[in-house]
Amino acid sequence: MDFEFTAEQVAIRDTIRELVQDRVAPRAAEIDQSGEYPKDIEKLFAENGILGIPFPEEYGGISGSSVTICMGIEEIAKACASSSLILAVQALGSYPILVAGTEEQKKRLCPPLAAGEKVAAYALSEPGSGSDAGAMTTRAKKYGSEYVLNGTKQFITHGSIAGTLVVFAQTNASDDHRGIAAFVLERESSPWKVEKLEHKLGIRGSPTAQIVLEDVKVPAANRLGDEGAGFKLALAVLDRSRPGIGAQALGIAEGAFAYALNYVKERKQFGQAIASFQGIQFMLADIATQIEAARHLVFQAATKVDAKAPDLTKIAAMAKLFASDMAMRVTTDCVQLLGGYGYISDYPVERMMRDAKITQIYEGTNQIQRVVIARALLR
Amino acid sequence: MRELAQGVVLPLAAEVDRDHRFPDEAVRAAAEAGLMGVLIPREYGGAGLGALAFAICIEELAQACASTAVIVDVHTSVGTEPILLFGSEEQKMRWLPRLASGELLGAFALTEPASGSDAASLTTTARRNGDGYVLNGTKVFITNIGRAGMYVVFARTGPEDKAAGITAFLVPGDTSGVRVGQVFDKMGLHGSPTGELVLEDVSVPEANRLGAEGQGFTVAMRALDSGRIGISGQALGIAQAAVDEARGLMLERGHEQGDDFALADMATRVESARLLAYQAAWLCSRGRPFTRQASMAKLHSTDTAMQVALDALQIAGDGGARAGSPFERHVRDAKALQIYEGSNQVQRIVIARDLLKAG
Repeated sequence: MDFEFTAEQVAIRDTIRELVQDRVAPRAAEIDQSGEYPKDIEKLFAENGILGIPFPEEYGGISGSSVTICMGIEEIAKACASSSLILAVQALGSYPILVAGTEEQKKRLCPPLAAGEKVAAYALSEPGSGSDAGAMTTRAKKYGSEYVLNGTKQFITHGSIAGTLVVFAQTNASDDHRGIAAFVLERESSPWKVEKLEHKLGIRGSPTAQIVLEDVKVPAANRLGDEGAGFKLALAVLDRSRPGIGAQALGIAEGAFAYALNYVKERKQFGQAIASFQGIQFMLADIATQIEAARHLVFQAATKVDAKAPDLTKIAAMAKLFASDMAMRVTTDCVQLLGGYGYISDYPVERMMRDAKITQIYEGTNQIQRVVIARALLR
Repeated sequence: MRELAQGVVLPLAAEVDRDHRFPDEAVRAAAEAGLMGVLIPREYGGAGLGALAFAICIEELAQACASTAVIVDVHTSVGTEPILLFGSEEQKMRWLPRLASGELLGAFALTEPASGSDAASLTTTARRNGDGYVLNGTKVFITNIGRAGMYVVFARTGPEDKAAGITAFLVPGDTSGVRVGQVFDKMGLHGSPTGELVLEDVSVPEANRLGAEGQGFTVAMRALDSGRIGISGQALGIAQAAVDEARGLMLERGHEQGDDFALADMATRVESARLLAYQAAWLCSRGRPFTRQASMAKLHSTDTAMQVALDALQIAGDGGARAGSPFERHVRDAKALQIYEGSNQVQRIVIARDLLKAG
């Protein structure tokens, strides 16, 4: 058991930390208020190799390690949860290719993603198929060497800006999870329609799209794995991406706590800094302890992704569940620590509290995480 | 380790709890397995293992019997480690081999009736008398009371108020004037005797002073830091036992989603607490600062053990609440952990102080 990062990981983290401090943190409030996707931050990440983190070197990347991805997401999320999704969803949208792609597919599809020339996205949910992913109705019909896709995908992070979209669809008539396959859509050759962009409680700088597929043609060469193997792949991808959401939640909580900790030391009431009151101190101790506990679960899960550990599914769900519930509680407490100032948008903690909420919902609601964990325990 | 815990310690657990009796067989078996000297270097007859191995040993024991775990834990950490950390070579040679073999059981006597969380206010005195000291006072809530062959006793040598006047002494249990006062009936941990240690004109030679005069508070705090790793291990063991037993019951009688979700939350909390405790142990064994992490581990793992034990009892329902059921025993045992080795309120003070200092 090791509780230390490698020198290389620490170097990557420090680089990201500095970049985030200098370039992302000053933009965070504005990104939230405008609700616009920060193209400049995407470019910054691309130029600095951050979008190459999810990919091994042979596919144009710099790492491919889940631990490193999580470190990156955590660092970015400390300042701006919306911007952290630029890395997190690049990883999520690429995992299907890295997990199920042939060597040819990986060589062809990954380098532009690793270089940040294209944004990746992942389209599993539908209006009538959320937690019950097997109930999807998007269809992929085969005609010769290509498939034709029809259907609607819901809540697709970066669906509007992606150049590469992994879509899950039914390939046969059984309409359950056994008929699902995964396809890589490239925007130029297989264009999809963005039906609408959602207005959201948080992560406002990260576009969430409803996507409509109307007779979209996809070459059979872009099918990932076999017909019928898509559902398994979707779950395998979520096992790998959930530690990343845990890392995002962790970063949000840490960002809020760092701000609140500094605030209570400065803020004076009754003639003394409010940090000198034991009621406040106990809140600080509980927050810090919960963050620390979540951090270990997140990086334990990431380590298990990299090691392809057999109990990965359970630990990844635990990390996502614990870290996101923690982030919701901690950001709420941080708003409380700032009192009235915590509630207004001149201070960052209200944004962080709004941003935290989604981490309990997406990539499998925390109710689904509990189902996954209980199933693993009771097997 | 698991074999010992499951094979020898577990079968005794219910009886030890019911009859409030010291688990002699379990402690003897632990000694034979080398557990009493797990942290003691090989040259003094121990196993020479680190804090992580220690935490795992206590966790395994507590999964079987929390009473046995705390007996071994107190002996191994706060009852022995002060000698390891602050003893002279002569003191190590004299005490450690017998502590390592289990011939002597160690104990830690810091708390007094009027001095609990505020340890620096203790009033037991150690007066200089020729070559040695004479100790007078009453210590309370002493684990391994009456069973210990050696107590690490903290007493005031100087006129200085508070921490600066405290000194640590090694006091054999059979020294004249050392008496066991009241032994308490407790909610849980029935196999582990807890009570008063009365010191009446107890003569202690200078050779039994541990560290310098006035260094006692430092000795106590450092011992408690690693003691907290042991208590975290104990908490993990109780919590894991509660999870496993709830799981077994659910598999046996069937289960609905409400209980499934509770079980998922329980297991997730235990996993997070385990990683926190192991990290504190990992830092400790590398000689790095670990005070904050040990307090976080103690706080989180004991709060987790309490919550998980209650949740498991809730899953078990009526049958779990019946005397003799492991579910109700875990609840009673877990409660002590939130209180001793620094109450969880004190842990929060330690953590907050460190956070506010760090800037």
